[in-house]
Amino acid sequence: MAALAAVTLLSLAACSTDEPAAGPSGSASAAGSGTGEQSKFFVQADYDAELALLDAAPTGPADKPWEQALNPTMVDTAKFKKSGPHKICFSNAALNNPWRQVGFKTMQAEVEAQKSRIKEFVHVDAEGKDQKQIADINDLLGKGCDALIVSPNTTATLTPAVEAACQAGLPVVVFDRGVNTKCPVTFINPIGGYGFGHVGAEFVSQKMKPGGKVLALRILPGVDVLETRWSAAKVAFDKAKVDVVGVEFTDGDPAKTKKIVDDYIQRYGTIDGVWMDAGAVAVAAVEAFQDAGKPVPPMNGEDQLDFLKIWKDKKLTAIAPTYPTYQWRTPIIAALRILDGQQVSSPWKLPQPTVTQDNLDQYLDAGMPPLHYAMCGCTDLPGYPQRWK
Amino acid sequence: MQTVQPRSLPLRLPRVRPGGVLPILVILAVLLVLVGIRQPDFLAPPSLMSFLGRSAPIILLAAGQYFVIVSGEFDLSVGSLVTAQVVVAARLIDSDPARTWPVVLLLLAFGALVGLVNGLITTRLRVPSFITTLGMFLILVGAVYLWSDGAPKGGLSEEFRRFGRRAFEDVPLLGRVPYALLVLVVLAVAAVLLMRSDFGRTLVAVGDNPRTAELSGVRVWRTRTFAFILSGLAAAVAAILLGGYSGVSFQAGAGLEFGAITAVVLGGVALGGGRGAVVGAMLGALTLELLFALMNFYGVSGALRSTVQGGIILLAVAVSATRSSSR
Repeated sequence: MAALAAVTLLSLAACSTDEPAAGPSGSASAAGSGTGEQSKFFVQADYDAELALLDAAPTGPADKPWEQALNPTMVDTAKFKKSGPHKICFSNAALNNPWRQVGFKTMQAEVEAQKSRIKEFVHVDAEGKDQKQIADINDLLGKGCDALIVSPNTTATLTPAVEAACQAGLPVVVFDRGVNTKCPVTFINPIGGYGFGHVGAEFVSQKMKPGGKVLALRILPGVDVLETRWSAAKVAFDKAKVDVVGVEFTDGDPAKTKKIVDDYIQRYGTIDGVWMDAGAVAVAAVEAFQDAGKPVPPMNGEDQLDFLKIWKDKKLTAIAPTYPTYQWRTPIIAALRILDGQQVSSPWKLPQPTVTQDNLDQYLDAGMPPLHYAMCGCTDLPGYPQRWK
Repeated sequence: MQTVQPRSLPLRLPRVRPGGVLPILVILAVLLVLVGIRQPDFLAPPSLMSFLGRSAPIILLAAGQYFVIVSGEFDLSVGSLVTAQVVVAARLIDSDPARTWPVVLLLLAFGALVGLVNGLITTRLRVPSFITTLGMFLILVGAVYLWSDGAPKGGLSEEFRRFGRRAFEDVPLLGRVPYALLVLVVLAVAAVLLMRSDFGRTLVAVGDNPRTAELSGVRVWRTRTFAFILSGLAAAVAAILLGGYSGVSFQAGAGLEFGAITAVVLGGVALGGGRGAVVGAMLGALTLELLFALMNFYGVSGALRSTVQGGIILLAVAVSATRSSSR
């Protein structure tokens, strides 16, 4: 059970458990405002780069963020040019959480939208196991794929398998979590965890009453994507001199979250801001305040519809940074462009939009299920909305 | 003139019976005093009511686990059963209020069925219950995972959730009385009455010495199977309350089986059966929850919870073993 929970949680935020790369980490000093030591995963240069990207203007069609790129560096792909229709293969780390479910449906719909150009789409689910994914990639190499898409389960362990695929000569596209090699034609992902954590923390510290108490809720420690989210939030809270009264781990469990928040409300009488590193338990946190008869303080969630709905219905002061599921469309588009011999950006950094009070209505679709991710970029795809229900 | 004073009854020290509820009452009282010193507000009716309401599921699970343990067996499957029930409920209700009651009945039936299967495999096929229920645990985890593709679907209706989330408002003196607390009180009384009935005595006798019970005409397998069914039913009610409290989640029941066993042991019930009171088991669960609340008030990391729980199991079993060997 613990193992299952861990697997679910790890993938919950679509993240890997690799040790941090050696680098100038932990350079930011703790300001002693309750946020503790800086995470050993913190890399100042990456942090600076991601925060700069938050303000960068994307290149590409404004209404299609999944085709946009931030600060693109184009690479030549003429050697992969091939006449279609193509057989595209996809080695998927896992399908074991709502984020990946929504993402994969979006990818399938993109394949359907491009069906004149794709004769076959092969999908293999590694079920969250590195060993299975290594075998999957190896198997796919013998299946006559024209292009291979990989969403790696963990970074370091999958690197040799991806390198082997590159050597087989077919174009490889990696997305979501990365690998430690430059051999794929491109690596597609949104801005990242520092951007996510920073947006939420900055909002909470600006909107809450000065000198108030913040509760930070984290899913679990030691996972790179989640650590980067928290470390950026820590920097923001330290800078704003906010009193972070607690940093707690929820395991992504709503019942546990509710108890933790309830305990803090009992302990401090009131909590003035809530920051969280992933939106899965956002609604549970809101309910804890409601059930205790307290006003819901400024907080952040994610773009899951249950949170957007309660935000709108209860008129919360909230923000939702996202790790957009529309990034699942991009690898298909990239693979087809590569097979056309068109240039693509490498790395391909996708914009990472934020749901705010101003654009909330645009993302809130009452007809979609509570665990759907609004930032799927899927409304123009075949089978919408039925496919995602 | 009088040389010997007649020994009056009140002077006699109450003897601590093995399996009695006195020790747990003392521990509970000590914790309440500690909480009162650190966080007096916690003992005010509103927060106390909310605490009791949210503790109801684990208390019910402890009662269910008690029936099984006192009859000499274990039930490790309750945590995964709770998770399965919550996930199944969400998918079947799919946010449609009209399906609330049918699904509630179905969950109770499902809980009883899982208990029945656990019981029959343990008693008729003679598989040790530790293995039977561990197998059931894994089967349920896997089945739920497969059935839901690893991500819960659907949603619970507000009607379903109110059992675990809502309360009678504006009750004189108490303020807000959670429905969950009422469910708990009713079922706790029922459990006590059941243990005072013939069935209760038989259950304890079976746990104490199955051979003797068998020879005196008790059908041991039937009694034990019934204990498993009661545990399954308790898990179903706990699932309804927990799902109501926090909504759909894959983590809904994670670790509850250990919480329930710890609570039962803490409540003075002997592992291996034959001794202990259902009230003790339920007080054990309450004590455990209060201990966790206290740890929070003193700022102890939540990560220490499972360590504390493990320590309690070992300590309680060791103490009870020493006591029973010196009996």
